[in-house]
Amino acid sequence: MKATVYVTIKENVLDPQGNAVQGSLHTMGFDEVGKVRIGKYMELDLDTNDRAHAEERIKAMCEKLLANTVIEDYRFELEG
Amino acid sequence: MKFAVIVFPGSNCDIDMLKAVEDTVGQPVDYVWHTATDLSAYDAILVPGGFSYGDYLRCGAIAQFAPVMSEIRKAAEQGKFVLGVCNGFQILTEAGLLPGALIRNKSLKFRCHPVDLRVENTKTAFTNGYEHGDLIRIPIAHGEGNFYCDDETLAKLQANEQIVFRYAGDNPNGSVDDIAGICNEEGNVVGMMPHPERAVSELLGSADGAGMFKSVLNAWRERNGAASVR
Repeated sequence: MKATVYVTIKENVLDPQGNAVQGSLHTMGFDEVGKVRIGKYMELDLDTNDRAHAEERIKAMCEKLLANTVIEDYRFELEG
Repeated sequence: MKFAVIVFPGSNCDIDMLKAVEDTVGQPVDYVWHTATDLSAYDAILVPGGFSYGDYLRCGAIAQFAPVMSEIRKAAEQGKFVLGVCNGFQILTEAGLLPGALIRNKSLKFRCHPVDLRVENTKTAFTNGYEHGDLIRIPIAHGEGNFYCDDETLAKLQANEQIVFRYAGDNPNGSVDDIAGICNEEGNVVGMMPHPERAVSELLGSADGAGMFKSVLNAWRERNGAASVR
């Protein structure tokens, strides 16, 4: 089973990287760009076929390590 | 009094930290590898700066699960003195020993220069030798030292006097409420982005950081009934 985890910076937390990229895009003429937020994308191969179990385990991984819930939100998808 | 300087793969301020203890208070101090499972011999635990585990995923994220961390947690609960500097601060927040998180500097730049700090709390084990409002000059060296916490946590930090240092001049990283260092509710665990171990001699540009090491020795002596030294 494959898990895809998306970690994003919380809405009310400053994202200086996103702001810099936004500024750069504007300089390049992409004026239609509003806000830019930068996050993380992770792919995990899981040695299990039990979807409910995988869901529970991935959630624990996100809470404990993959995301810092003080500043980040996460969501994940399971495939296979 | 016995000091431990914790060494993770990627720590790079461990030698400075150890030398600072030797030069300021002359007490026994050991390097303790991140795999250690017993810190009972130590009275103070210093978590130095650097780039533990290459700062992979987030600064301090991987280090928080090193074997030594459960011992540091235990020591903190026992009331032992714990100081995290720079990456050490990031590790202590990731481990939940201190609230908040350290995010990318607002400027996106790695800032490496001396800053002026205002001592806001002189009740902690590491700041009892300073006067409230003292201005001290201590170097910073970080790319991710922008302290963030939500409004509720900030109100708690303010109400409990957990803000130990604030940037007195320019805020170099955009931190909430100009915070440079905080402590836990009990005041025995302190975390800060500036490097006191790099400011222990006029030859280094400032000796203002030496007071932190003298403070913790005093705190320990007070606790153990020995004569205090200045």
